[in-house]
Amino acid sequence: MGKKNKSVLVVGAGIAGIQASLDLAEMGLNVHLVEESPTIGGRMPQLDKTFPTNDCSMCILSPKMSECARHPNITVHTMANIDSIEGDPGNFNCKIIEKAKFVDPDKCVACGLCEEKCPVKIDDEFDMKLRKRKAISRYFLQSIPSEYTIDQEHCLYLTKGVCKICEKVCEANAIKYDDVDKEIELNVGAVIMATGIDAFNPIGFGHFGYKRFKNVVTSLEYERMLSASGPLGGHVVRASDKKEPKSLAFIQCVGSRDDSIDKNYCSSACCMFAIKQSIISKEHIKDMDISIFNMDIRAFGKDFDKYYEKSKSTYDVQYIRSKVSDISELSNGNLRLKYVLENGEIRFKEFEMVVLSIGLEARKNMQDFAAKMDIKLNKYNFCRSDGFAPLQTSREGIYVCGGMNGPKDIPESVVAASGAVANSVKFLEVERQDIKEEGTNEKNVIGDRPRIGTFVCHCGINIAGVVDVKNVAEYAANLPNVEHSEDVMYACSQDFLDLIKDRIKEHDLNRVVVAACTPRTHEPLFRETIAEVGLNPYLFEMANIRDQCSWAHMNEPEKATEKSKDLVEMGVAKARDLSPLKRLPIDIGPGALVIGAGLSGMTAALAVAAAGQKVYIVEQEKKSGGNLRKIFFQPDGKDPQKLLQDTIKKIEEHENIHLFTNTVIDKIIGYVGNFNTSIQNLETKECTNISHGAVIVATGANEHKTKEYQYGKSTRVVTQVEFEQMLLNKDFPHGKFKNVVMIQCVGSREEGRMYCSRVCCTKAIKNGLELKKIRQNVNIFICHRDIRTYGFREQYYTDLRDKGSVFIRYSPENKPKVELLDSTDPDSKLNVSAFDPILDREIIIDADLVVLSTAIDALEENDILAKMLKVPLNADGMFLEAHVKLRPVDFATEGVFVCGLAHGPKDIDESIAQSKAAASRALTFLSKKAILAEGTITEVDISKCSGCAYCVDVCAYSALEIDPEKEVVVVNDALCKGCGACVASCRCGALDLRGFSNRQLHSVFDALELT
Amino acid sequence: MSDWQPKILAILCNWCSYAGADLAGVSRLQYPPNIRVVRIPCSGRVDPLFIMKAFQTGYDGVLVSGCHPGDCHYLSGNYFARRKFAVIKPLMEFIGLEPDRLQFSWVSAGEGERFSEVVTKVTKDIQKIGPITKMVKGV
Repeated sequence: MGKKNKSVLVVGAGIAGIQASLDLAEMGLNVHLVEESPTIGGRMPQLDKTFPTNDCSMCILSPKMSECARHPNITVHTMANIDSIEGDPGNFNCKIIEKAKFVDPDKCVACGLCEEKCPVKIDDEFDMKLRKRKAISRYFLQSIPSEYTIDQEHCLYLTKGVCKICEKVCEANAIKYDDVDKEIELNVGAVIMATGIDAFNPIGFGHFGYKRFKNVVTSLEYERMLSASGPLGGHVVRASDKKEPKSLAFIQCVGSRDDSIDKNYCSSACCMFAIKQSIISKEHIKDMDISIFNMDIRAFGKDFDKYYEKSKSTYDVQYIRSKVSDISELSNGNLRLKYVLENGEIRFKEFEMVVLSIGLEARKNMQDFAAKMDIKLNKYNFCRSDGFAPLQTSREGIYVCGGMNGPKDIPESVVAASGAVANSVKFLEVERQDIKEEGTNEKNVIGDRPRIGTFVCHCGINIAGVVDVKNVAEYAANLPNVEHSEDVMYACSQDFLDLIKDRIKEHDLNRVVVAACTPRTHEPLFRETIAEVGLNPYLFEMANIRDQCSWAHMNEPEKATEKSKDLVEMGVAKARDLSPLKRLPIDIGPGALVIGAGLSGMTAALAVAAAGQKVYIVEQEKKSGGNLRKIFFQPDGKDPQKLLQDTIKKIEEHENIHLFTNTVIDKIIGYVGNFNTSIQNLETKECTNISHGAVIVATGANEHKTKEYQYGKSTRVVTQVEFEQMLLNKDFPHGKFKNVVMIQCVGSREEGRMYCSRVCCTKAIKNGLELKKIRQNVNIFICHRDIRTYGFREQYYTDLRDKGSVFIRYSPENKPKVELLDSTDPDSKLNVSAFDPILDREIIIDADLVVLSTAIDALEENDILAKMLKVPLNADGMFLEAHVKLRPVDFATEGVFVCGLAHGPKDIDESIAQSKAAASRALTFLSKKAILAEGTITEVDISKCSGCAYCVDVCAYSALEIDPEKEVVVVNDALCKGCGACVASCRCGALDLRGFSNRQLHSVFDALELT
Repeated sequence: MSDWQPKILAILCNWCSYAGADLAGVSRLQYPPNIRVVRIPCSGRVDPLFIMKAFQTGYDGVLVSGCHPGDCHYLSGNYFARRKFAVIKPLMEFIGLEPDRLQFSWVSAGEGERFSEVVTKVTKDIQKIGPITKMVKGV
């Protein structure tokens, strides 16, 4: 191996770039995150809600954004582009151009005064041009960094030399008209690309009248309309008459699955996007009539089908199988849709508004970009990657994730990001990091009388423009235990932070209260500041007198001042009772246990071992390889068996990997960094104990064994897996072999298994194409409910259709029927009858072979393992991740991760990406010698505990246990997250939450003199 | 009575409702200045005693707000909160306190507007009920 490097470059700061940066930074690497726009966040901030949980997109994203911005190992370069990458992996020299922002980020306090006064209005791209922004602005409300930037193209001073209003109103003197572009040179070991995707622009496309008809909008515009922080404040009205639309049509596949515009791929996310928007719309406007015009509904992800079914049953969304051929606008602004049903019948329907579900496409500048970076693109201008190396570009040392190499939804992007990190590790120096010792020179304040310093912030005029700040500071000065009180212009500026440290020394302060903005963004900064002069960081309290006072009561200055005084008094009351808290270190032991030696388990093991960690793989079968042993073909021509043999060889040869086959897990005890597992060989009964720091669950899944469609009664009815074996051996039924019927969704998407098994459509088509190679004249009939060849898989669907195969859509109420011609002879030929909606009648096929695409079943053993690991399963028996969107391979239980089929049905490339992601997430822990537990956790007064164990049931993290000898509860500091649910449930008053203790909170409730 | 301004204690969870209150401010949505906010990690932290303590101090009303059911940052805290809330209102009635002095809501971090609406409504409701006298210390 060549040179390794401590630094790494991430290009693009959408959710994929953010996730990659966080993982790398947690492994102790120096990350440079380069982003073209003025903020990190990418596409997610534009979304209102996310499917299938309807989580608020911004709420789930913003903690990751601030973590990324605050992380000491991450340097964010916004408004920056990568210009060149020279050199070799391990030693790349990269040139970055950082554009002039014209606002000094160190001085700007994001008060927004400049934007208010700026006379130049321009289209707001973030709000899809549905609203205007100013030439000086911040990209969106929660932008990070929050500082403003000037739009060079539109600023009056920068273009015409007049105006300068922003400079005049800026009290922080942050405007810098002479700012220039900067060139930065970086030496890095690897590059992770995550430049994202664009949305299809439907101007002039089809006969949909986008931009001609006022009430036709794109799905992204509609998303902004639905958003509570969007241009309409979440009250959807149509553009023509500002009335709430009572009927809405979604048109799917606008710019997707369309060879005529060179986009013969599926954008993967738009079906779910439309379902989500229809559900949210119905929540806004209850009596809305919604129809979704589609070719297929591709709800192929985990729990997506349940969401789809819910949209029909609970929200009465109508799904119409049809391509809309024309839209005309009526005089009242309504839109008349002309569409053709499957049977050829032409229909018309009027809607008050139309949403075009626009597809995802490669970024506009991809060809130039790829040429500069020396990476290859596919024919749709997405970054090219290989089915067995889905995160790798054509250039070694440069990896790809997110939408850059094909349409993806959020969790897939997050998975790819973590996976790309695992790939890059071989060119990076990942070492076990020491923990930074906390509080070594901390002043002991226990037993000292509280000496509180209060600082009241003007925030320019943001607070002082409404609240009488001086008056508040004077009021605070007279409160008990307040030794010092003053008002300051900008509490968060570097000058003030220095001042606060001086005052602590000067007045011997041992508690600090800052009345300013919100602790959610600024508490960490102030805590770090007081820690610098030896105060425990938890001896700090904030009063939020801006976001929750001056900004919310702008027309009531007196009442706002009175409220500010109260809030400061409550803050002082809490501060008085604060005590120093210690974040206890939890030692993290090295090594990982991987459960399951299928492709996912082995791939994860190799990725963890690549970072120098020991890995133990436990496999209950006699041979490794799992389901991959039964896969012989890939539609792209790659050889799965070669992949399997290569992987097995690497595992066998790796000195740090120990594979235990024919072995089961007996017991797992412990927690993150400190697991202890005993395993037993099924044959020799020999037991082994393993200590390890992390666990990766890769137990796989089974092919469903059906009783439907004469399976087991006829030798001519086989599953797709069995059929693949026939294709390999070219061993088909004897005699005439003319007609093959495939039946999709056998066991999937119906009662008991209300999920899509995801891989079967592509598998059926793949096997169909293989059959056509061997027996060109065989007729293939595929009975399906929707064909779900998402992403670039669409091409194979087209290929098989071009070869004359027939696709027959059936409904679950009217499944195809399979009958033996001679019911006494299992070798007898078969009759398959099915209703064909295109011919509008029943057809009967004389079948020589029937191939069933059976569902993927969760393992029954999952249940036992889940209990051992204290992790949940979903209703279908698959492992349930910590967060379906942003923590797709983590569990809420730290140090335990999941990948492959154990998590849910997925294809080979997706399993590879996910197992690498699980490895990468495990490495974020394993690369540390210790982690710090949270300071604000539960403590027990055992003298009061009756051992009732009510708290044990309440705890969502299994952090509480009853000590069997003492019969009192014990808190595991490593597991407690500090929610306080146990404290509120304790009947004996034995539990308390540090930092939010009963005493502290009661002091706050009691602080004000109200009577 | 119409000029009378109630004092209301708002106990907000850190991850959803407190963030929603911040967003209301950032969006400059205006609401009555009658609430005094206490930030706690999770609505599951709320002990019914907190609410009684607030009435005893002299707050005319109490608002407790957490994440929407299913959205709890701590997985299930708001469900426990909801169960406690179900029993505390009858208790208030039993001791002769108007149950509407105590209100619960679910406000997400993205619902600045909802937060301002909730506060406006709660303030109006409490205004209608009038000043608290029962239970208050020193009265």
